Amino acid sequence: MSEATAPGALSEATAPGALSEATAPGALAAGAPDRLAEASPELVEARSPADLRLGLIGSPNCGKTTLFNALTGLRARVGNYPGVTVERREGVARLGGRRVELVDLPGTYGLRPVSPDEEVVERLLAGKLEGVGAPDALLVIADACALERSLLLVAEVMALGKPTCLVLTMVDELAARGGRLDVARLEAALGIPVLAVVGHRGLGLDALRARLASPETWERPVVPPPQPAAERAGWVDSVVSAVVQRRPGRHRLTDAVDRVVLHPVWGSLLFAVVMVTFFQAIFAWATPAMDAINGLVAAGGDRVGEALPPGLFRDFLVDGVIAGVGAVVIFLPQIMLLFALLSTLENLGYMARAAFVVDRLMGRIGLEGRSFVALLSSYACAIPGIMATRGIPSPKNRLVTILVAPLMTCSARLPVYTLLIAAFVPAATVGPLGVQGLVLLGLYLLGSLSALAVAAVLKRQVVGPERLPFYMELPPYRVPTLRLVLWQVLDRAWAFLRRAGTIILLVSMVLWVLLTFPRSEPPAEASPSEAASYALEHSVAGRIGHGIEPAIAPLGFDWKIGVGLVASLAAREVIVATLAQIYAATGDQTSLRDAIRADVDPATGQHVFDPATVASLLVFFVFALQCVSTLAIMRRETNSWRWPAFAFSYLLALAWGASFVTHRIVSLVATRGAA
Amino acid sequence: MPEKSDAIGLDRLQPGEAGLVQAVEAEPALATRLADLGFCPGTPVRVARRAPLGDPVLYELRGYQIALRRSEARRIRVRAGRR
Repeated sequence: MSEATAPGALSEATAPGALSEATAPGALAAGAPDRLAEASPELVEARSPADLRLGLIGSPNCGKTTLFNALTGLRARVGNYPGVTVERREGVARLGGRRVELVDLPGTYGLRPVSPDEEVVERLLAGKLEGVGAPDALLVIADACALERSLLLVAEVMALGKPTCLVLTMVDELAARGGRLDVARLEAALGIPVLAVVGHRGLGLDALRARLASPETWERPVVPPPQPAAERAGWVDSVVSAVVQRRPGRHRLTDAVDRVVLHPVWGSLLFAVVMVTFFQAIFAWATPAMDAINGLVAAGGDRVGEALPPGLFRDFLVDGVIAGVGAVVIFLPQIMLLFALLSTLENLGYMARAAFVVDRLMGRIGLEGRSFVALLSSYACAIPGIMATRGIPSPKNRLVTILVAPLMTCSARLPVYTLLIAAFVPAATVGPLGVQGLVLLGLYLLGSLSALAVAAVLKRQVVGPERLPFYMELPPYRVPTLRLVLWQVLDRAWAFLRRAGTIILLVSMVLWVLLTFPRSEPPAEASPSEAASYALEHSVAGRIGHGIEPAIAPLGFDWKIGVGLVASLAAREVIVATLAQIYAATGDQTSLRDAIRADVDPATGQHVFDPATVASLLVFFVFALQCVSTLAIMRRETNSWRWPAFAFSYLLALAWGASFVTHRIVSLVATRGAA
Repeated sequence: MPEKSDAIGLDRLQPGEAGLVQAVEAEPALATRLADLGFCPGTPVRVARRAPLGDPVLYELRGYQIALRRSEARRIRVRAGRR
């Protein structure tokens, strides 16, 4: 579609009568030179090599992301601003033959900062942020249906004195709700260019692109809008009364749906159903894909193993590199499923409602409604859970949510729990309930309740109360486009691979080295599994296991469990495979179960895994942050090693303390029982 | 101009009731953000509904809906009345 037809198509196809026809000439005028540019891009590139940086500013839910994606395609670069947890997102667009850098600023309702994170935006706009260029011109994105609110932000942006252009989104919705506003008059009243788009259908975008390419030509306001709150509101009201010909009616669908979704009974019920489905999805639906990945990685390892001669290089490739890659990729199904659901529910408008419903409960422990989803996701895996905290606007609440997410019982703990429970908890029943199931439930409860308690303590003692007010817009329900959801899923998956995957891969390889070196010669008569056990005992990891024995002996752990704990840093379930290797078990769970049941301490003649040790080990796994992947993602999300180090330490201390107490109590009860 | 004395906290309005903002009595950070959200003197606000557990409360103003906790809504002084 050429620029010339775009404005016409917009008003005909989607906004019948919503916008006055006066938009067309402006767009046409800007579009004309651009057609020339498209005809011969090389020529234009030579003519205007100068880079241009455009900042996108808008409130949450205004359609900013959709517009940013539409303008930049899938070429956004994601990172963090130095020193804070604010996500930095930039992309490049070719606009009118010019290379334009687009800076997607965090969604905000105002520019005057009320938190350190918001100060970043202020400093960025002022060009005072080291290593980040200030935008040359600004694009304010505003929901046409909420113009009265959006213009408050427009007023602030205009006061910055940079070339500014206003983009009205959701003009199709405005028309559908019977609203009508005069874009030409709005342009005149503000003194800046105003363009209307329907971002998800790409309507009006060609005209916008043409206009964005040359901020030098944008009209500038004669007098900037007043800034004191009351005067600013008055200015907005006068602009609105001049340009809004008919206010949009209520969003009837939203009203109708909310009568159910926010109903005290039905709303709570729906919330429970959605959350259970959500949990089920990341917990169970991802399993086939995860099994497939495991199978593929194993098959790939076998292939390489067969193709290469036996030796160190082959072992490194198979057990270090390929297994390490597998350890990264294995998270993708859960991450992608989580973000597919999260993005759909978020863009639909349900996530805000869910947070609204549950906010009071979370508020009791100092968190807020939006923390709930992140913590729930962490039952499947803390990695997607921690990534999901991006929806929490308050930096302090977000940090606390990240710090307690590892306490939610993730699926990697299950193999450990099942091995120990199956081996040592009798398959008896108490009434209709199995004891084994009750123990498992108890472990889940212990983790969850600890997370809530720790969150309350951290909020009070460590990060301090939030000074930011709690506010959350409930946008009208909008059916998200598949494109937007897919884009967000891929964006998250890619961010994970690039930003956490590298660390996880590296650590997996380091752990392989620790478990392999130094190489030792096993006794000649040893069977292959005994040789592997011997090699492991004499490796660095084996020595660490022996080395930390004094520290873990009070918990009832011997060096073998110590090696398992070291190895389980790669991922909790690795302890199962490591114990199997130490006990020279042939790999399947039954033989390992028998081996650990039968293991006797040569010094004391007692069983290594007595009830006290088993209980203590279970409790240890409830608390300990035995997962470098979680540490890696924490590092990425908090933008420093400080918080992962803190989380690791406090959870280790908690694990040690709780295991020690458990070991003591169970030992006491056991000896009493025996006596 | 109405007297200050007939102003009540926004949290005291019932769902379905409306009021006109008279003043925002809060520390600077909160006052700033509430002003950004549109809570300025003279702005009509309607209580849309309460969350199932009673808090937060959903308000309608300036053509959109925003949820605030009662502890913060209390700082917004309104004069009750129909829009």
